[in-house]
Amino acid sequence: MAKKRIDRGEIQKAPTGISGLDEITFGGLPSGRPTLVSGGPGSGKTLLGVSFLVNGAESFSEPGVLLTFEENAEELAQDVRSLGYDLEKLIDQRKLVVDYVHVDRSEIEETGEYDLEGLFVRLDHAIKQVGAKRVMLDTIETLFGGLKDTGILRAELRRLFRWLRERKVTTVVTAERGEQMFTRQGLEEYITDAVIALDHRVHEQISTRRIRVVKYRGSTHGTNEYPFLIDREGITVLPVTSLLLEHAAPNERISSGLPVLDRMLGGKGFYRGSTVLLSGTAGTGKTTLAAHFVDAACSRGEKCLYFLFEESPQQMIRNMRVAGVDVTKWVAKGLLQFQADRPNRHGLETHLLAMHHAVEMFDPDVVVMDPITNLLAVGTNNDVRSMLTRVIDYLKTRGTTALFTSLTSSDRTLEETETLISSLMDTWILVEARLLGKRRTRQIYVLKSRGMPHSDEVRSFRFTDQGIQIEERRRK
Amino acid sequence: MGTDKFELRLYVAGQTPKAVRAFANLRRICDEHLAGRYSIEVIDLVDNPALGRGDQILALPTLVRRLPTPIKKIIGDLSNTERVLVGLDLRPRRTNA
Repeated sequence: MAKKRIDRGEIQKAPTGISGLDEITFGGLPSGRPTLVSGGPGSGKTLLGVSFLVNGAESFSEPGVLLTFEENAEELAQDVRSLGYDLEKLIDQRKLVVDYVHVDRSEIEETGEYDLEGLFVRLDHAIKQVGAKRVMLDTIETLFGGLKDTGILRAELRRLFRWLRERKVTTVVTAERGEQMFTRQGLEEYITDAVIALDHRVHEQISTRRIRVVKYRGSTHGTNEYPFLIDREGITVLPVTSLLLEHAAPNERISSGLPVLDRMLGGKGFYRGSTVLLSGTAGTGKTTLAAHFVDAACSRGEKCLYFLFEESPQQMIRNMRVAGVDVTKWVAKGLLQFQADRPNRHGLETHLLAMHHAVEMFDPDVVVMDPITNLLAVGTNNDVRSMLTRVIDYLKTRGTTALFTSLTSSDRTLEETETLISSLMDTWILVEARLLGKRRTRQIYVLKSRGMPHSDEVRSFRFTDQGIQIEERRRK
Repeated sequence: MGTDKFELRLYVAGQTPKAVRAFANLRRICDEHLAGRYSIEVIDLVDNPALGRGDQILALPTLVRRLPTPIKKIIGDLSNTERVLVGLDLRPRRTNA
């Protein structure tokens, strides 16, 4: 296709400093132009705008002006505080001006011609006070409730956006989503540079926030819907479409925590940065095997982040102590951190983001997710697979080794999900319990392990007071 | 007719035709209906941009009735005398207005 190359003349961007959003917009919002941020109530549009201003003032030497048309000033301040932003401090440092614009139709009589020059004067004054490069109008459509003459209002808004462009300030204009349009009053007619839509969906009592760059004139941008999260750390958008398959493939090997298992894995254990699936029926020792792996990692002085989707950390630690693998000391040393979450508490996207966050914060060498099958309760197979793809992608990019446990049902056929996700895994280990005579015997084998010669033996193992012991020789 | 003293402020931004019209209309209405008991302060936001915040000025021209309370605002060039009088509480508001 004879497509014009637009990247060459790509416009200047103002970074939002919002993790992920700058990635999907390839650098930020169009610098010196207005961007429309549209969404329903509680979709996070105000927080997005405020983050843009705060980050601009704090990190990019771009002071800002927040012109808010919302009735409740205290509510805004509270919302913003919940993100850990201190607007007062920025105001004191002369990096930010907040002007509350209040229009009450009941106290205003309209007679004859007028314009909104007063608004322009106020905005101009605020911009000059701090040398603002960024402006946020939140939510200017409120004016339609305060003034009767919509003809004047529309003409003045058109003039306002032109004026903002002339000033070359990067502006975020928030708007309530309308029935058919991105805004109730059709602001998208005036703001044609960039449109971002936010969405907050609740499906089967599980909520997910999503963001989409609907339009970005003069720039390439990610067009998908991306999940995002609002928490104490601010807003995080997750660029989820897979990055290219460009992960480094380290040659370093790390121990599984069990010398015999290491020998079964080409003699040296897992590859660092690889993904390991450990599946088996209930009570076959998956968590204990994972605990051995964790114990070995922490013994090497590495950090391990353990996601629990079934038990509480206390429960898991106690059970492992009884099983002969005491991980308490690693928790005390700060090398092992647990993150326990009920799968059905959030949607998959939120889980994904929470995992990202936890990984970012703790910076682990090794990650365990136990058991990933519990996430199935939250989404369809496809959703779970796509989420795991992203988790794995992310961990591989970081060079983090990941162990996933998976609970299979006892009818011995491989679960559909396992077949789905196994292709994402570099190593797949199965554990089973079989009735042999009057005893239940546990067996372990390596179904696959990429990039290494591995044993095809089925080995028995048993629980001892020092954890799992795998038999050296194949049981006859 | 009451005897309250009317303290009025007219906000403008520069000597625009609308501003000039508004001032002329205001003087005429005050002389006719409030003779001897009014004061008008004209505030030009071009000279004093910071003053727009206090009275929540957006539209220009805006006439603010500071006294008697409660505060009233009338926006526009004040060309419709009837509405100005209603806005200043000098005429009862028509019920279907």
